Parts: sequence; structure tokens; C-alpha cells
Amino acid sequence: MPKNPDIKKVLVLGSGPIVIGQAAEFDYAGTQACRSLKEEGIEVVLLNSNPATIMTDKDIADRVYIEPLTAEVVEQLIRKEHPDSILPTLGGQAGLNLAMELEESGFLKENRVRLIGTTALTIKKAEDREIFKETMERIGEPVAPSDIVEDVEAGLRIAAEIGYPVVLRPAYTLGGSGGGIAGNPEQCREILENGLRLSRVGQVLVERCIAGWKEIEYEVMRDGAGNVITVCNMENIDPVGVHTGDSIVVAPSQTLGDKEYQMLRTSALNIISELGITGGCNVQYALNPDSFEYCVIEVNPRVSRSSALASKATGYPIAKVAAKIALGYTLDEIKNAVTKKTCACFEPMLDYCVVKMPRLPFDKFISAKRTLGTQMKATGEVMSICTNFEGALMKAIRSLEQHVDCLLSYDFSKLDEDGLKKQLAKVDDRRIWVIAEALRRGISYDEIHEITRIDHWFIDKLAVLVEMERALESEPLTEELLRKAKRLEFPDTVIARLSQIPEEQVKAMRQKAGILAAYKMVDTCAAEFAAETPYYYSCFDGSNEAESSHGKKKVLVLGSGPIRIGQGIEFDFCSVHSTWAFAREGYETIIINNNPETVSTDFDIADKLYFEPLTPEDVASVVDVEKPDGAVVQFGGQTAIKLTEALMKMGVPILGTAAEDVDAAEDRELFDRILEQCQIPRPAGHTVFTAEEAKKAAEELGYPVLVRPSYVLGGQGMQICINDRDIDEFIGIINQIAQDHPILVDKYIVGKEIEVDAVCDGTDILIPGIMEHIERTGVHSGDSISVYPASSITPAIEAKLVDYTEKLARALHVKGMINIQFIVTGEDVYIIEVNPRSSRTVPYISKVTGIPIIVLATQVICGHTLRELGYTPGLQKKSEYIAIKMPVFSFEKIRGADISLGPEMKSTGECLGIAKTFNEALYKAFEGAGMKLPRHKNMVITVRESEHEAVVEIARRFQKIGYKIFATRGTAKVLNANGVKALTVRKLEQESPNILDLILGHEIDLVIDIPQQGAGRSRDGFVIRRNAIETGVHVLTSLDTAGALATSLENRARELSLIDIAKVKES
Amino acid sequence: MKAFLILEDGTVFCGSRIGSDREVISEIVFNTSMTGYLEVLTDPSYAGQAVVMTYPLIGNYGICAKDMESERPWPDGFIVRELSRVPSNFRSGGTIQHFLEKYDIPGISGIDTRALTKILREKGTMNGMITTHVYEDYAEVTARIKNYRVSHVVKATSCRESYVIEPSNPASEAVSVHAAQKPEGLVIRAGEGKRVALLDLGAKKNIARALSERGCQVTVFPCDTPAEEILAMRPDGIMLSNGPGDPKENTGIIQEIKRLYQSDVPVFAICLGHQLMALATGADTYKLKYGHRGGNHPVKDLATGRVYISSQNHGYAVDPESLDPQVAAPAFVNVNDGTNEGLKYMGKNIFTVQFHPEACPGPQDSGYLFDRFIEMMGGKE
Repeated sequence: MPKNPDIKKVLVLGSGPIVIGQAAEFDYAGTQACRSLKEEGIEVVLLNSNPATIMTDKDIADRVYIEPLTAEVVEQLIRKEHPDSILPTLGGQAGLNLAMELEESGFLKENRVRLIGTTALTIKKAEDREIFKETMERIGEPVAPSDIVEDVEAGLRIAAEIGYPVVLRPAYTLGGSGGGIAGNPEQCREILENGLRLSRVGQVLVERCIAGWKEIEYEVMRDGAGNVITVCNMENIDPVGVHTGDSIVVAPSQTLGDKEYQMLRTSALNIISELGITGGCNVQYALNPDSFEYCVIEVNPRVSRSSALASKATGYPIAKVAAKIALGYTLDEIKNAVTKKTCACFEPMLDYCVVKMPRLPFDKFISAKRTLGTQMKATGEVMSICTNFEGALMKAIRSLEQHVDCLLSYDFSKLDEDGLKKQLAKVDDRRIWVIAEALRRGISYDEIHEITRIDHWFIDKLAVLVEMERALESEPLTEELLRKAKRLEFPDTVIARLSQIPEEQVKAMRQKAGILAAYKMVDTCAAEFAAETPYYYSCFDGSNEAESSHGKKKVLVLGSGPIRIGQGIEFDFCSVHSTWAFAREGYETIIINNNPETVSTDFDIADKLYFEPLTPEDVASVVDVEKPDGAVVQFGGQTAIKLTEALMKMGVPILGTAAEDVDAAEDRELFDRILEQCQIPRPAGHTVFTAEEAKKAAEELGYPVLVRPSYVLGGQGMQICINDRDIDEFIGIINQIAQDHPILVDKYIVGKEIEVDAVCDGTDILIPGIMEHIERTGVHSGDSISVYPASSITPAIEAKLVDYTEKLARALHVKGMINIQFIVTGEDVYIIEVNPRSSRTVPYISKVTGIPIIVLATQVICGHTLRELGYTPGLQKKSEYIAIKMPVFSFEKIRGADISLGPEMKSTGECLGIAKTFNEALYKAFEGAGMKLPRHKNMVITVRESEHEAVVEIARRFQKIGYKIFATRGTAKVLNANGVKALTVRKLEQESPNILDLILGHEIDLVIDIPQQGAGRSRDGFVIRRNAIETGVHVLTSLDTAGALATSLENRARELSLIDIAKVKES
Repeated sequence: MKAFLILEDGTVFCGSRIGSDREVISEIVFNTSMTGYLEVLTDPSYAGQAVVMTYPLIGNYGICAKDMESERPWPDGFIVRELSRVPSNFRSGGTIQHFLEKYDIPGISGIDTRALTKILREKGTMNGMITTHVYEDYAEVTARIKNYRVSHVVKATSCRESYVIEPSNPASEAVSVHAAQKPEGLVIRAGEGKRVALLDLGAKKNIARALSERGCQVTVFPCDTPAEEILAMRPDGIMLSNGPGDPKENTGIIQEIKRLYQSDVPVFAICLGHQLMALATGADTYKLKYGHRGGNHPVKDLATGRVYISSQNHGYAVDPESLDPQVAAPAFVNVNDGTNEGLKYMGKNIFTVQFHPEACPGPQDSGYLFDRFIEMMGGKE
């Protein structure tokens, strides 16, 4: 079937800010789809509120709107742009829900816009619990039987029908409290009685217990003619019970025979056919490990995190093909982009093993529960490829950027056997490390399996790794042993540590014996056909297929690894744009990265893609084969920057700012010298190594002080300390992580935070704009609302900022990007930190100013000057638009995480508000972040004493907007005394009804809670904030943010002005 | 123990011995299926060949005897990257190591199977030797290897005497897994009362199983059964099975098939059966460079334009140029390389396919062809 000629202009919906469960994979899918549509001559209109995405670039879509993803905005956009179709299946659940809303309201029909990719009926069939169940039953596909009951007797009857064990889930209780698994009627009665009492609506869901079954996923595709294929199947190592996003996943499935594989494959194809999906679909199964019994857990009628993973695991570009199918093509008419010989209507065959590991944020949320369950907690993931499972797992572990490099990295050796078995029963992110320890102790496979329900096959693979650890520890390191260890992907560092031989010697031994990484191609067809796509992975048991080409100059671009708090999608944006810019400069480009969700690991971005961990050894192996003329580290965030020294040692020139200058910006003493030279002040501070030295330093500087490790990312381990006790506590936490670098103690200065990104060609400096944070110092810049252009600074300050930026860029001999953070108090400007690299604000500032900052930086690195490129150095003229970057958090997903803002970054993503006026931009930014207020017009205010005065004005404004204010006693007293009516609410420890009851009553819109600083903060505040977040109440922990929200509510716009970013010109 | 795979072009791979330590010379072919190694090992079409599995981890789910496609393994050798030391599956009754030893099949593991596959892809299928012996003079060995020819394999794999398979009871375990999942109304029994003659040219069990599951009674005949004897049972339909080797070698069988063609009994043929029917009606076959072996080959039904993912295992193909348009026309084509995948015969109730609708291993998508065959026999809707 050829392309449908009626489709000419398509609106593509993005997925909005990065939150847990909806990450970079939708930028990857969306970008691929937009490019695929444009290839077909379709005009693409894009809507996404996330400015850090590549899909929101003018080279990806024809019209780009970075506006809130709400039904009102989409309606307005459709009236403005008149697209003939909407493609809603690429923007995750957010995009799908929006499209459904408009379809159901009749708006799409009224405006003659059709849904392409999939129909509303299909979406309904897959998403509506009841209709889904009916559909599955009709085609004979089993779903886990379940029913909702309101009394104990009904519950017992249903349980008997379903068969024990059953899972009991009370409706509407916080985090599933009161639920459980019942193995017999007695247990069932007990749990039911308790659960029914706890449930607010008196309902309990009784469900067949499939916990412990194998979790298997299939990625399938279907075209309009009804042709169906499977792209990939995947097996979760963690059985049913852990969200697949938090599971270690292997592709293809390992423990399924052909009968099981085909049974589920046929089922998945029957489902996609019955649902009538045109495009991609993900089907998740639970498979009884002791029979052929299975049930369908879930169907996602759209591209997903899993489909991104499947695409990278197989080389099959699901999103690209889905976009073509949406236009009317059939699978056999679409070319296989990898082989370029065969068509897209085939099933990829792997001749390697793929392992995905989740990147969990427990290094950021130290207080959070590490337990994994059905609520996803991972912020990102890594993928690795190898010819054996053990090797793929070892590579994935060291790709995590979590201070882990083997199965010894978490130490459970101190637990006794009982303790260890208890730990085994805990389902958390360290489970494979616990299993490894159990294996070291000689606990049997059967017992480990009994406790964890993890398949024997996987346990045995962990045992292979444990045996190798032991061999390395106990046997002399012969060539044969080394060869075996490398086949299992033990890094040289670990081999050196275990065999107590210097790493250099291990490496020398390897080189002498020719034990070198060989690269194999991912070609979708297990070498059956010659492939043209240079997408490689390494192994140590085969011949090398990657050939270094000659002729062009070659640049190595280092990616940014897994998405985690502090290192988000922005750095992928930077890596990809610099790769494209290098290509335009005539370079051959080579990317190394390990994140399957990103655009940078799409095989058609660079000339070559190496899907590898970003450690010195892994990078060195690629360098040995490719012999690049240079490497660029300034676009891949901290991951890439950290590799600078290693690259220098390999003899790879660092393109752009030199390694020693990078070091000068990070090294306290060198940097102080530079500041002195430039006569730029910074908050006074000291470099220390111990808590004692830190306390001495703090005493000299005067509390409060800011304590942090050097070489950090996203303020990790950074805290404000107000007394000695805080210092003791925080230094203890910092030292939990091996610390090669010293600790910095700085005077904490309260003031306005300003941020500047600039490009320097060695002589001239271009500053696209100055950004100002709404929150005062003390809140991490990534968690602050950032406003461009800075509006509240005087011309004198502005001149000082420009002067300091220029001086620093020159002093650090910056070639390329530099990012500087300042504090402004009165007329004084201090430096907080300098990053000689691209920052998280670059994508947004490029988009709003229209200046292609990354391209410029890359061109400068290649030897061009700013003037030669047609730019006038200095601070650029302000854009006609105000752009406000709003952080977005995923607090509701991480139980036990403290949500109060501080120097440690906690946000997972961001969205943009852009408008001609500040107020509208702010309104859009809050709207984009999902702050839909007001609903009930009730709010709670509880602030620490030092802020009592400041809170009065803000409370008054909320009152004027129409809010009824509840406050704790101290705060209420001050408010009432100042003429703001506030009702006193009892504290947490007081009798009901108290503040908690109020919040849990689902009648509060907003909590403003300003906690005490330092370790002295109370547990009460924490409990209140957590409960509020889990009840869906918005919580603000900074008065500055609260003030901004009031401004936004005071200035609600009726009709928003929609701005096409593609048309923003450089001024 | 060290083992070597020596190819006729002189390439030597060094790995570890698995299975028997017998030395063997065979034709080396690769299969890209990621699951189904036991079905591959017991597929008689591999007689005279040694199989390389391109998927690197083999033996993960052990051996389940019920999944065997014939009574024993047929390949001369088995070549893998890594064999699992602990198989895991609820149906597993043993390890693949033991299985290979039991049936005296030599093999080699620990070699770069991807590099080997690339050689076969580039240079075409070639012969090789699996041995544990360290040779001094490779010239002598490669000359011996080159001389090997696959021959007389159909006779070797076919049954010796005819036998009858009764329609399977839908409730019994013999019914395929997928049907068992759906007890009500979904098990198709349209073949009830139909009698099918299956000419065993090296047949996989699942062909007969697919028919008996649909209610047919299947009489299996040895490959050298005269046409008269088959027609004498007055079958409702004749099924020509898959099988090993060069189709042209089977001159006697081809003559008998010509007689089957001339009868008016509906015929459905798979793989070798498809090739032999083509040869019997004047068309030609040729050897593919490296064949199609795996579970991901797209075939297009030329009547509907629909594409199905199929299970395949063949080294020869029918030359569509050689077809007499009065006699036969292409019905299926391989979407990857355009080779012929099926024929319909003019004015006859005969259709034949190159791929394997009986699956096992591989996709079950084209199983509907058995229903079409039953329809041709006048079976119930």
C-alpha cells in the first residue's frame, strides 16, 4: 500500500518533561519519527514542552512549539496550524492521553484532523481496563483474573474462584498499605478485614498471584495491510513484581524454549492484530515457570521505553518504521535501514546477548527506600552488548556511573548467613550483588531461587562471575586465566585488584598476548546479509570487524551515559549537535555511549557508533582500533569530562579547551589562583580532607557553610551546614563513596543566582544571554526556575558579569563552551563555580535566542573564530521573548525521598514557558510542569521562624487569589497578626484532626513548607511533605518559588500566545 | 579437549570438543534461529550437513524429548559459540552435551561463529571437518574435505515402513502448545474424517501433527513407495514432506511424484516436496549460495500481498524462470532476495511451498496453509 496522499501536515505530540517512567526514549522515538516523516515530504508541526530535547529543534520539525502539553494548547495549535493529522503514539502516555481527550470531546472530528498511527478505538481497547479484559477474553488471551470486592465473604468467594495464592490490594491507600498475598482462606480473611477498613472507599482488589512468574516482553509491529512481525523479545531477570523499567532485562529471552517463545510470539501477534494497531506495540507477559500457563499483563499501543530498548538491542528502528506505517506504507515497502538490502518486514535475529540495567536514583535520595516494586523508580538505564551474558552484565554494571565495576562493589560480607538470606528476600537494586555474596558463601542455587524466584540459569551466570573472582584471587594470573577473565568482561582494574598486580602490568600482559577487544557489528540479521550500518559492540572472543577508515580527520565524541539526576537529556542534545557540526566540518564522527534511550545512540547520527561503557579502558580499546585525531569531552557532561585525563594518557588530543585548563577549573587551588589573577571574588572557602579540618574551616568562615566534594555532578553530596553536627553528618555521607578528591568548605552567601553560558574562540567571547534564578542561592541551579533574560539586575552588574565571564574564559584558555554561576548581592558579584563545558541550560538558551550555541562551539573547536563565523563578540542583544525554565520533579515515585530543595539537585526534568511577557511565560512554565491550580482553593503554610516575616506578603497574595489558608500555630499567629486570615491547624504529633488529616483529606491544593536548614530539620516536616506528595498535593519548599507561583496565578492568561521556535531569529 | 573446524578453503577454527570425538567431514550450513536448537538437531533435512548456530548461547533450556522432530538427531556435526552448563526449564530432561554424546554427534564450541557465518555468507556453503586430531599437512585434509558430497540422504531419513497416525484428541497433550492454551472453539477440526497420505522424504514430525490436530488421519509412506500404492489407499489428499539433500538426486521419487501429479488427488508439498513436484513437472532447481535457514524469513503470498514470517531450511530453490506458465506459477516469493517460495499448479488442486508452515522451530504464522489444504480436500469450514 503506498503512502496516503491525504496526509500532508502532521502534528507530532512529544512527551513533555523527563520524569521517572517517561524519559529520553520519547525524544529518540520522536526525533526518529519526525525525520522519517520529513523524508516523505510531510510538513511536521511539533509540540513538546521540554526544551532539552532534540526533537524540538528547527532542523527536526518544520514548526516547533515548546508549549505546555494541555488539551487547550493542542486545540489552539490545531486552529492555528491546521494540520490534517495527529501522530499521538510517539509521545508516551502523555501524548496518547491528550489525543484521546481531544478525540472524545469531538474536537478532532470538528476540525477534520485524523489520528494516524492508531485509532481512538484501538487506544481504548488497549487502555481501558474493562474493554481490554473483554477483548483479550474474546480472542482467548488470558489475563490475570481479578475482581473488586466490598466485603470479606465476597472476597473469599472470589479468591476461591481465582485460586490461591491471591494478591489483595485495598483501593486508595497510600503506597498499597494494608495489602498482601494470601495463600489460604485464613490469611485471605485477615488481610481482607484489615484492607477493607484501611481503604478509603472500602474496596479491595482480589487478583490471581503471578508474582514470581517470568516476565517476558514482546515488541511487535503491524501495518495497515495486516502484516505483523516481532522485533524483539526480552526477558526480565527479576520475576513479575518488579516494574520492567527497574528490572535487569536481557534480550533475547534466555530461558524460553522454542515452544514457549513461539506461543507468546503468536499471542502477541494475535493481540496486535485484534487491537488493529498500525505501528508498534509492546506486550508484557507473565509466564508460569512450571507450565505453559501465561497471562497478558499489559499492552502499550505506542512506542515505549521498551521499544527504544528493542530498537537499540536489534538495530531495528521501530519509531522510524512506525512513522512510515502511519503514512500508509506497508512493512514490505519499507527498507531495512541496517542492511539497506532487505525490507522492514522481517524479524531481527541476534547473534549476541543484550543486557539492560536500570539507573536508580538512590545515590541522590539517600533516605529513600531502595525497594523495587510495581512503581518504577529508575531515572534512566544503560544497555550493553556482548557475545555472552556474563560479559554483557559486567559491561552494564560499569556503565551505570554508580561507583560499581563488578559483583564485589557492594559489600555484604559482613552479614551473617541469616542476615544475608533476609537481604536476599529484599527486592532492591543491589540484589544481584547479594546473590553473588550468597554464592560466595556456598548457598545453593535452589535456595537462592526459592527466595528470589530468579531463574537458575541467571543464578548460574552470576556464579560463573563469582568463580572467576575467586580464580583471580587465588590463582597466578596466567595468560589463559586472563583470556577467560576478559571474555567475561572483567575490566583490567578489577583483575588488577583481585590478583594484586598493578593495572599497568595486566594491560601489558594483555597486549603481549594479543588479548584485545574485538568489535562486532549489530546488523539485525546475525550476519546472514552484509550490513552497511557501523554499529559496534566489543567482545574478547572473536575477530575484529571494525575497520579504521582513512582519509577524513576523525573525532571521538563521548556521550553522557545513563540519564540520572544532574545529568539529563540536555547532554545528549549537546553531544548530537556537536556530532552533526563536526560532520559538517568534514570530520568522520565516532560516538561512544551506553544509553539506549537517547538519540546519540541511534546508528545514523554519527559515522560510527560504539555501544560501550564510558570507562578509560573501554574508551582506550575503541581508540586503539579507531585512532582518532582528537576527542571532544565538553559536550557529554561530567561523564565525558571525567575521561579527559585518561584520553590524554592514551595520546588522544582533547579538542577544545585543554585538559590542564579543565583541571584548573575543578582544582580548588589552581582555580583560586586564576580568580586572584582576574581579581574576581568568590565566597571564602577552604579545601579539607577530614571532618575536623572542615569544622575548623567553618568556624573561621562562620556558619552557615556549604560543604561538598570536588568533582561533583548535580551538587551530589553538597549540603548547607549550620553547625558542627551537620558537618559530622554530611562528611560521613560523602565518605561513603570512595573519595579521591578533597572536600570543599565555602561560606554560604545568600543572594541572587545568575548563570551564564558562553562560547570562546580563544580570543573573543560570545555570550548568548544571562539567566537569573528565581530561587536564592542554596537551591541547586538545576532545581531553580531560570529566567532569560535576567531582568532584575542593573546595567552595572550586567557589565560586571560580562567582564568576569570574559576574563575567566580567557584565563582558562577556553575553546568552546563555558558555563559560569554567579551570586549577586547588592552590587557585589561572586563566582560560585565554573564549568569548562556545555551545561544543562544550553539547549534552552539556544532555542530562545536562535543562536546555535553547540554548532558555534564546535566550529570554534575546529579552528574558526567567532568573527569569521559572522558573530559580534560580547553579550548578545536580548531576544524579544522571555523564556522560563521550570524544573520538574518525580518525588511521588520515590518513596521516602526528602523533597525539600537544597544544594543537591533533585529534579529529573524541565519544561519551558516562552512568551513576550514575563507573566505569561511564567504561567506557561507552571502549566507545562503540571501545576494545575486552583482546584479546591485550600492551602497549608508552615514555615520556619526566620521566614515568618517574608511569608506574610506571599500569603496575602494567595488569599487575594481566593485561597483559604491553614497554617501551623507559629505561622498562623504571624499571618493573623498581619491581617492575613489563617486557620490554625494542629501539628503532626497532636491529636486528630491534625495537619496530616487535612492533607490526606484530598482538599488541599498546595503546601508551602519551608524546612529548617541543616540536620536539625524535623521529622514532622518530612512526613508532611511526603504525605502531601503522595496524595497528589503540590509542595513548595522555597518562598521564592511560592512568590513566582502567586504571580503566575494572578496573571492567568485566557488565550496563550503560541510561539513557533523555528521562526525565532537571532537578533 | 581441543577441537578444530577445518574448512575446505583452509580456514581453521580452534575450539573445544562437544559431543562425540569422532572425526567428521560434512557440508557446513548456518541457522539463525535464536530458539529451537533441539528441533534443528532433529530435523532430518540436516542429514549430511553440520549446523552452525549463529545465536551464541545454546542449550539454555536443556533437552525436552517431546520437542524432537524425529527419532534422532541428523546433522553430522554441531557448531556453537557457547553451551550452557546449567540448563533451566521446567520441561528440561537433560543437557545438550549428553544428548550429543548419546547419539554420537561430534561438535565444537568456543569458536567465533559470527566469523564463520560471514565466511559462509561471502564464499557460499562449503564443506568442513570437525576433528580433535592435530594435522600436519592441511593440503591433504582440505582435498579430502572438498571431495565430500551430500548423497543418499532422503532414503536414510525416510521411514522404512508405512504407518498410520490417527487424528489427535484435542484434549491430549499431543496437541500443540498454542492450541492447548485455548480449549474452547479455537481448535480447528476441519479435517475430521479426511485421510491424508504423507510421503516421508525425511519428514519433520510436526507436519503429520499439524494434520492430525486438524482431525485428519495420516498414513505415512516411505520415500520409495510407488505412486500406485499411495493412490490405492484412495487418500483425500497427498502431503509431500520436507527432506535433505540435492533434489535432483531423487530421480526415482520424481518419477513417482509425476504420477501423483497426474492423479486428481489434492497435493500439498513442503520444502523438498515442493522442489520435487517442480522437477516432476519440468521445472528446474538450483543451489543457493548459502541457503535460508532460520525463523525470520518474510514470504509474500502473491495472491493477497500479505507477508508472513516463516521458518525455513533449504539450500536449493526452484528456478522461477524454468516454470512452464501453463503448468505452474509462483504463489509465494521471498521478500529479502526474491527467490521462489511457493507454487500453485494450473488446473490442479496442488500447491507447494518452500518454507515450513509446520514451524517447530520458528513462527507459526503460515499454519493456515494446512487449513487451505484441508479446504482443498473438501473439508468442513
